[in-house]
Amino acid sequence: MAFKIIVCAKQVPDTNVIKINPKTGTLIREGVPSILNHDDDNALEEALKIKDEYPDTHITVITMGPPQANDLLFECIAKGADEGILVSDRAVGGSDTWATSNTLEAAVRKVGDFDLLWAGRQAIDGDTAQVGPQLAEKLGVPQVTYVQEFKMDKDMHTITVKRQMEDGYELIKIQTPCMLTAIKELNEPRYMSMSGIFGKKEMKTWNAADIEVDLNKVGLEASPTNVFRSFTPAPKGKGVVIEGDTEKEIADNLLVNLKDKQAI
Amino acid sequence: MNFQLTKEQEFVRKMVREFATNEVEPLAADIDKEHRFPMETVEKMAKYGMMGIPFPTEYGGAGGDEVSYAICVEELARVCASTAVIVSAHTSLCCWPIYAYGTEEQKQKYLPELLAGKKIGAFGLTEPNAGTDAGGQQTRAIKDGDKWVLNGSKVFITNGGYASTFVVMAMTDKKKGTHGGISAFIVEKGDEGFSIGKTEEKMGIHASSTTELIFQNCVIPEDRLLGEVGDGFKVALSTLDGGRIGIASQALGIAQGAFDVTVDYMKARKQFGKKLSQMEALQFEMASLKTQIEAARLLVYRAAFFEDQHADYGEASAMAKLYAAETAMKVTTKCVQFHGGYGYTADYPVERMMRDAKITEIYEGTSEVQKIVIAARTFGK
Repeated sequence: MAFKIIVCAKQVPDTNVIKINPKTGTLIREGVPSILNHDDDNALEEALKIKDEYPDTHITVITMGPPQANDLLFECIAKGADEGILVSDRAVGGSDTWATSNTLEAAVRKVGDFDLLWAGRQAIDGDTAQVGPQLAEKLGVPQVTYVQEFKMDKDMHTITVKRQMEDGYELIKIQTPCMLTAIKELNEPRYMSMSGIFGKKEMKTWNAADIEVDLNKVGLEASPTNVFRSFTPAPKGKGVVIEGDTEKEIADNLLVNLKDKQAI
Repeated sequence: MNFQLTKEQEFVRKMVREFATNEVEPLAADIDKEHRFPMETVEKMAKYGMMGIPFPTEYGGAGGDEVSYAICVEELARVCASTAVIVSAHTSLCCWPIYAYGTEEQKQKYLPELLAGKKIGAFGLTEPNAGTDAGGQQTRAIKDGDKWVLNGSKVFITNGGYASTFVVMAMTDKKKGTHGGISAFIVEKGDEGFSIGKTEEKMGIHASSTTELIFQNCVIPEDRLLGEVGDGFKVALSTLDGGRIGIASQALGIAQGAFDVTVDYMKARKQFGKKLSQMEALQFEMASLKTQIEAARLLVYRAAFFEDQHADYGEASAMAKLYAAETAMKVTTKCVQFHGGYGYTADYPVERMMRDAKITEIYEGTSEVQKIVIAARTFGK
């Protein structure tokens, strides 16, 4: 039986291009290109690497968003995913992380059994890192977040992951089915291939009724989060480059500098 | 009329732009300086299907179209003209004639490896004394039993030093002359009596391999004949009709690349207390160049579109190449000028781009040859 992977991915505005309205503090989305969220790209890549090794693997990408999020599914399939599902409905618009994970939970349940559920750690537009863990909780599967290294035994059941911590890593053994969230250190995502771009695309769009989600649990109204204020963090001060001809001289100059600032 | 790219074409641009930015641009200045053929890039392009875009999947192609192929060459040339012409010569000048004129056996034998990029293709038409006058072929092919014996040489062959499969023109019946006297053959690296001669040292496209091909009693089996005996000139000219779309795309990419880096430079460079980008005289010049680049783009995509539609694209591709090549030369020359002294140094990419642009007015038919093609359609031959 095929090894089944579901990857949750999000289309986000390209933050390299994006500008913030200084008056309102909100993102100016007009004219900003949309991209596949970086961490989700890493999640997909790890799924594709499993498929490279075990060709019988089936990868379904699920995304929630407006109709143009079909572009994300196109890109994921052009990279090698088998199938893409867009969950799109006015009723789920404006969802916060809780409402989003309710929607995704319903979509994953409709897709059916899976061995692995992948998502990126967080999306660059919201930076919450909440949807993945919430989804795992609601589906009742174990989860490991911040995965920086992934290994699966030949039994395709036992997985060992390195989980990134601020000051090191945890080595965790986990059994399928489970949910993992990817970080950029996990891998180097591949490009789309030409045959992927021109090949047949299995893409479906589901609305709220299709996934049989409780309408009281999705959308803006059902979202418990209230945005208090959004703001652009003040830019960090300019760094100082300490120069010198030799390592010793550089170290001496650094020492002088730190003493000047009474840091030591 | 519909000026919109298809979804697939848009994604080809996105993919190749990302690829070119990450994999090609960082090498461009170095491989130019070192005159080094970027084999590692060819392997990556092969992996992603860029060596066989406009061919059906049944032969191992990507199942794409000519416009997508043109976009791919354009985007590569935007950062490295040498890398772009590797794809262009391989695709248009070797894979295409085998696909268009090959027997089913020849297609099955050669296309899968070529389109997968496991082998690189090249095309041999030009000779020391037969450039624009392509009919003046001196390379001879004589039938000897069930074999052909080739003697002569070819010059300025793109990909020459790294190709495994060559489509080569040779005179099979001198009495019949250009039309009917020339035939096309497939020659493989390693064939008895076939060798690679001198590697040219060029003004630009330094990382492209340009060599001589030498045939000294080169013996090949009779099934290497491509098309019918005497069809060579037709094979060559129709191949070049498509090849010109590739070179026009390369020229377009060079022009766009030079334009883009110059816009960035002008936004940063200050003289007389203001940025170059704030000087109206320069803004107007750039507006004019941008318009010409866009006009070139429309001509290039139109020619590729005609080929996709199986319409006559000979004149359209000649116009595209003529205009795009002249645009590339003009834009790069102006962009060097706007960089001032810095533009004349190898520290800025416009120096390389200007050297690279010149060849697009020369190879696969000089600008004058394009005018001959267009004039013949206008006044008759």
